[in-house]
Amino acid sequence: MVDIPFDEVAGIPPAEVGEVELYHPHSWWTRYVFSQDAKVIAVQYSITAMSIGMVALVLSWMMRLQLGFPGTFSFIDANQYLQFITMHGMIMVIYLLTALFLGGFGNYLIPLMVGARDMVFPYVNMLSYWVYLLAVLVLVATFFVPGGPTGAGWTLYPPQAILSGTPGQDWGIVLMLASLILFIIGFTMGGLNYVVTVLQARTRGMTLMRMPLTVWGIFTATVMALLAFPALFVASVMLLLDRLLGTSFFMPTLVEMGQLTKYGGGSPILFQHLFWFFGHPEVYIVALPAFGIISDLISVHARKNIFGYRMMVWAIVAIGALSFVVWAHHMYVSGMNPYFGFFFATTTLIIAIPTAIKVYNWVLTLWRGDIHLTVPMLFALAFIITFVNGGLTGLFLGNVVVDVPLSDTMFVVAHFHMVMGIAPIMAVFGGLYHWYPKVTGRMLNEALGRFHFWVTFIGAYAIFFPMHYLGLLGMPRRYHDIGETTFVPASAHDLNAFMSVAALIVGFAQLVFLFNIIWSLFKGKEAGSNPWGAASLEWQTPETPPGHGNWGKDLPIVYRWAYDYSVPGAAGDFVPQNEPPAGLATQGAHP
Amino acid sequence: MAVALVLLLVAVASVLFHIYSPWWWTPIASNWRYIDDTINLTFWITGAVFCAVIAFMAYCVFRFHHKEGRRAAYNPENKKLEWWLSIVTAVGVAAMLAPGLVVWHQFVTVPDDATDVEVVGQQWMWSYRLPGKDGRLGTSDARLISPDNPLGLNPNDPNGQDDIVVQSDDLHLPVGKPVKVLLRSIDVLHDFYVPEFRAKMDMIPGSVTYYWFTPTRTGTFDVLCAELCGTAHAQMRSRVVVQEAKEYHAWLERQRTFAELSGQHDVAKAAYRTGRE
Amino acid sequence: MSAIILFTVTIAAIAGWWLSQQRLAAKPWLEQGVDVDLRGERGSSVPTAKIGLGVFLAVVGSLFALLISAYSMRNSMVDWRELPLPRLLWVNTGVLVISSVALQWAYMAARRDDIDGLIVGLLIGGASAVTFLAGQLLVWQQLKVAGYFVASNPANSFFYLITAVHGLHLMGGLVALGRTTAKVWRGAPMMQMRLSVELCAIYWHFLLLVWLILLGLMTGWTDNLVDICRQLLT
Repeated sequence: MVDIPFDEVAGIPPAEVGEVELYHPHSWWTRYVFSQDAKVIAVQYSITAMSIGMVALVLSWMMRLQLGFPGTFSFIDANQYLQFITMHGMIMVIYLLTALFLGGFGNYLIPLMVGARDMVFPYVNMLSYWVYLLAVLVLVATFFVPGGPTGAGWTLYPPQAILSGTPGQDWGIVLMLASLILFIIGFTMGGLNYVVTVLQARTRGMTLMRMPLTVWGIFTATVMALLAFPALFVASVMLLLDRLLGTSFFMPTLVEMGQLTKYGGGSPILFQHLFWFFGHPEVYIVALPAFGIISDLISVHARKNIFGYRMMVWAIVAIGALSFVVWAHHMYVSGMNPYFGFFFATTTLIIAIPTAIKVYNWVLTLWRGDIHLTVPMLFALAFIITFVNGGLTGLFLGNVVVDVPLSDTMFVVAHFHMVMGIAPIMAVFGGLYHWYPKVTGRMLNEALGRFHFWVTFIGAYAIFFPMHYLGLLGMPRRYHDIGETTFVPASAHDLNAFMSVAALIVGFAQLVFLFNIIWSLFKGKEAGSNPWGAASLEWQTPETPPGHGNWGKDLPIVYRWAYDYSVPGAAGDFVPQNEPPAGLATQGAHP
Repeated sequence: MAVALVLLLVAVASVLFHIYSPWWWTPIASNWRYIDDTINLTFWITGAVFCAVIAFMAYCVFRFHHKEGRRAAYNPENKKLEWWLSIVTAVGVAAMLAPGLVVWHQFVTVPDDATDVEVVGQQWMWSYRLPGKDGRLGTSDARLISPDNPLGLNPNDPNGQDDIVVQSDDLHLPVGKPVKVLLRSIDVLHDFYVPEFRAKMDMIPGSVTYYWFTPTRTGTFDVLCAELCGTAHAQMRSRVVVQEAKEYHAWLERQRTFAELSGQHDVAKAAYRTGRE
Repeated sequence: MSAIILFTVTIAAIAGWWLSQQRLAAKPWLEQGVDVDLRGERGSSVPTAKIGLGVFLAVVGSLFALLISAYSMRNSMVDWRELPLPRLLWVNTGVLVISSVALQWAYMAARRDDIDGLIVGLLIGGASAVTFLAGQLLVWQQLKVAGYFVASNPANSFFYLITAVHGLHLMGGLVALGRTTAKVWRGAPMMQMRLSVELCAIYWHFLLLVWLILLGLMTGWTDNLVDICRQLLT
């Protein structure tokens, strides 16, 4: 062991970094509605995201009803099915997961975890939420306009996204693009805050290598999102102009319902490049915060430091950087230059290595730990299983020639639901069960939590694991009804019906969770300030829930990393980050 | 233990499902057996990793779950172990990537003796065009599309006059002869997808994409559209009939050329009718 | 996509350089105390707002790099017809340069505590920026009169799109500049205003740089330059 460099035993002055001029609410409105407090904004983001997520959940029931029992439900036709899949995908990926991880978890945890009083630009942070809400409202409005929401698929590929023959061609697609543009503007405002807060507002002693991995994950994801979302912005603006002004950015010479259009010369592939330049980093924008959260959950609940912290940080940074050079693996069969396939297959499979390291380090953290099988821990374990499963099928789809038969089949649907649907949602749930006591001061009900966990995990696995095999069979995605074929046996329909039943059950289990959240708010067990015995800074606030300004009179001083669990020689099985080393006198440090 | 057991069961059930699943590839009908082999190899490697990770996790949960008085070990990192795991992972990844790239190289290298066949997608039907006696397809342009010329073929291109146009009918192909499929769309994105051939590629309005394969067994195969193309995407069907050379030529003889279809529209139809009688 | 790749590599290089200063190879479990925090007692010396502007400029840069990427992918297609750039565009460019210089002047005046120079600089900077925007609208008008409509050719579409996006960013800057000017006018202390003026000046220089790059792109100079570089390399 290397000797431990101690500070000279002298007084350390109270921390003075990042004393932002705090904004003080004066009325109920500015305290709870137009609040500039990151913690309130976080709750607003989370509630909005989960509400719109419920809409997407109901849409998924509709899709599963149609797929499991084609022809039974007369209120779902081909057009509606396409609208359902489009809105389900768009909402889940962008308006739920991105907003919840960055706007929800990011806003709540970043200032608390790095020891700041608030985000650095609280006013911009507030605007971010309201623009996001506007984007959500515009999105919801598409359900009520003539023609309904767009049915172009969440990828919105031109030409079909803006031509007749696709549902929602009049209003749906226009509002969809407008909503995306608003979302990106709102996100940029929030994203600036998350990044600059980590850069500038860390409290004294909080070096980068002492930050919890949750902050690393959210920070890196935000940097990626800030650079990648402009691609979606540009693509959306150009597609909107093609639709409204008749320009031909993406539109080649083509025939629409037998009539030659005025479009000409454009390139649909250009849109795909722009879309996936955003779209692939987006996968990691959702995954990296989940990685971070899972690392912290496992460490806290196994009472053990995260194994290989440095490797974990490097892997996050490496994944973030690499994810900008793999986008075209979504386009292997798009008709782009086939020789790109060699490059993108190689980069894609290389990214598997840092990702695999993260998985190894999670399970190695469990090794010789003191594993408390709490609800957050259960969700963390389920995350590992679903993420490993989905990550490994990514090795099929990333390997260019293997992708050829599998692309655009149910295999792809199963893969991305497992890896960026179920797995991140497991992280979301784990995170909610873990931090709910800090947000509200009360624990979520344990029994309901366990019920919710088992139904959600086993149910979701039962939906998406068999779905891979429908894809192997050759069943294409985005079909409301496979109809008569020579290659799909009747038994596949039974499998579909089984998956649909599982989906309905999993969906209803979420109602239990909602009930738990509301019930525990009033009747939950009092949590105290640090129910899990966690070492990171957010559990060391003087009040729970943390008050305005988070830290009372003085900012905390950080003396150690966030993972001092079961340290040999220490009295308890964890040492809080702001506990000074033995023998170090302090003045004015946090009591 | 219940939790550890369930975790283990998830892995075991996944493997059993994989082994006993009746849902598997449709029997292959093209030369792309290598693709299937690469997938099987990938299944072996990834399946082993999946089982190993979950088994290890389940063991940890079983062995190290919280008991009164247990204290976790203190172990910040183990450089050597991490490097070894990285190297082993890299080797595994290379073992999947290398054959993949080799097969991809074959996939993008069209053999010289491949015959051109054009597939045209439009909302929501398939049309086909085969070269005539000259073995060459004529040029086409979406601006030339009209009710008389639904595929937009260039009437001034001498190469195109003897092209055989197959509309609202099945495509026939001779068995054992490599085919270069030229893919064209006149409205939105489509994707010519025959599950038994394994190969697929999007068709993009404004450009011509391609892939190649060799049909290896006779039969009739479904054609589906694999790229979302609007309302009737799921109903955009056709068939490919792979036949012995003799039957194929008999079918070919019965088809009509572009010149017959456009120039002498009515005459050709009459001739066709009399020919059948 | 080469423009955006180049841009991303630049950002990655800056991020990598910054990370390399952060002791990422440290073993945090062996270190206790606060001495490892190299930021010292007072934290970072760069003002937070300046860092914020820097990050924002990276986002805007990414946006324009993507537009340039799209432009260069689209202009290789056969239907591309260059549109003649009105001469007024060069006048506008000159005005934008004046605007940028004026704000730099204002910033230097603020550092000298020269309140008159500051106000003159801010007013000239704001006025010339407004003139630039008016000039851009006039360019649009001229093109429209000459029959170059937004949808008649992709070159026109890109011209209108790019100038509009650039103009909108300048308008956003004018809001910030207006607020700064109003504060100076009302006699806010110079110390406080120095940073605001500096940020405005930085933003203006950035937009000027972007404009010059875009102009180079639309006049075809960039293509020539790339060709020359390629010849030098081979």
